Amino acid sequence: MEEMRIVLAGFGGQGLLFAGKVIAYAGLIENREVSWLPSYGPEMRGGTANCSVTLSDEPIGSPLIMDPTVLIAMNQPSLLKFEETVVPGGLILADTSLVTRIPERDDVKIFPLEATNMAEEAELKGLANIVLVGKLFKETGFCAPETIEAAIRKAVPPRKAALVEKNLQALKMGMES
Amino acid sequence: MAEKVLMKGNEAIAESAIRAGCRFFFGYPITPQTELAAYMAKRMPKEGGTYLQAESEVAAINMVYGASAAGARVMTSSSSPGVSLKSEGVSYIAGADLPCLIINIERGGPGLGSIQPSQSDYWQATRALGHGDFQMVVYAPSTVQEMADLAYGAFDVADKYRTPVMILGDGMLGQMMEPVELPEPKTELPEKPWATTGHGNAREKNVANSLYLVAEELERTNFERFERYEVIKANEQMAELTDCDDADIIVVAFGASARIARTAVRYAREEGIKAGLFRPITLWPYPKDALDATCAHAKAYLSVEMNMGQMVDDVRLVVNGRAPVEFYGRTGGVIPTPAEVLEKIRSINEGLGD
Repeated sequence: MEEMRIVLAGFGGQGLLFAGKVIAYAGLIENREVSWLPSYGPEMRGGTANCSVTLSDEPIGSPLIMDPTVLIAMNQPSLLKFEETVVPGGLILADTSLVTRIPERDDVKIFPLEATNMAEEAELKGLANIVLVGKLFKETGFCAPETIEAAIRKAVPPRKAALVEKNLQALKMGMES
Repeated sequence: MAEKVLMKGNEAIAESAIRAGCRFFFGYPITPQTELAAYMAKRMPKEGGTYLQAESEVAAINMVYGASAAGARVMTSSSSPGVSLKSEGVSYIAGADLPCLIINIERGGPGLGSIQPSQSDYWQATRALGHGDFQMVVYAPSTVQEMADLAYGAFDVADKYRTPVMILGDGMLGQMMEPVELPEPKTELPEKPWATTGHGNAREKNVANSLYLVAEELERTNFERFERYEVIKANEQMAELTDCDDADIIVVAFGASARIARTAVRYAREEGIKAGLFRPITLWPYPKDALDATCAHAKAYLSVEMNMGQMVDDVRLVVNGRAPVEFYGRTGGVIPTPAEVLEKIRSINEGLGD
């Protein structure tokens, strides 16, 4: 499988690091090479946050992604910051509940999705991140279907086990969108 | 095979140290090593160990000194400015010939600098972290797995040679997660007949001390320590060579910058440039022997670092004029890109001609 370099970017508190962790766990379960790197500036809730996740069959060089094959953007500043870095042939997933201007590039595939609104309407507030992971799975099949569920179960910490079902619902919603 | 888990580099070092028998951790918080101390705070009490957040870095390193004198496996961790504060204590520990593990998850400097990744403490780590005639073993892991493996083995090396050992990481390695297979917990630890554990008048007293008022006595201990350093140099050099056998251009890089250099070297090979990667795993002792062997065929060297050019000194000492040694680096917390390194490799290659 081709190396997949994913940048997830948005506001702090949207669960981007967690979404990245779910993708990383999927790679771990399938015994692939995986790296996950958060931005760790003076971040705070409401500020910008991003993380880089690489899935590969070869040892991974820099975990900091400069040329993503996938961008998941959950707000407008993040889209602006990263849209030009996506390689030709790459994917941009934009949460259009918060992103108002869609990129005009014609050399990448763009998937607008009102993930935040969808999650809120389904009483899954705060799980737009996982809706987008579901959408990414639908568009790329970056792992086996059973793996993605297992990844959610691994990524949710034991003390929050009650949230597994909601995460799975959000995932399904993204996969069916 | 144990199950692989996804862990941050900082956490992997902490867990691995506990599995190596470390039961005392003394530290003071600082970004980007925070998760290491936080992990210790959570785990140490469950293992019957001691986690203590000291009132300062100076206090923490002196607690390390005390626990080590009493024979415990002990460690501290910090990031660049905090490590500087610990330097006096590390010198005392070296002077008293005591083992311990010190972690530096480097950030940009000098001064308070930035909190982003850097490798600008290379000189500090490899020349002497503190005053006086001493050195210490310095490891430079470049993956989370290697952080776990080196932390696990570091205590054995520290005990064997009675020396402080450092793991020199950086904010990128500390913060990133990768799959890691953790080592089995150690059940037997080496005897420490020199430890100050109380003797009930059954033996001569043991003393941990770095003060010698008679010059000749101090000179004798320094001579003795430097004889041990020669043994360390002979036995403990570690490096990883990738595609170096037929390489014209050898890129030398450690830790996080070695990951970037590895990608650049792969791109260069795809363009038909004969490049290779030499990755020191021990920064002290520097893996001189393995690097020296590459001088038989390499036509140029490029040291890639996240600083203004520090390890390049060691590369030049080994190459000793037999080939040009160039440098590429970014600093202050800026991370070099594979494309930048590739550009530098290309320009060196053009200079080589046919």
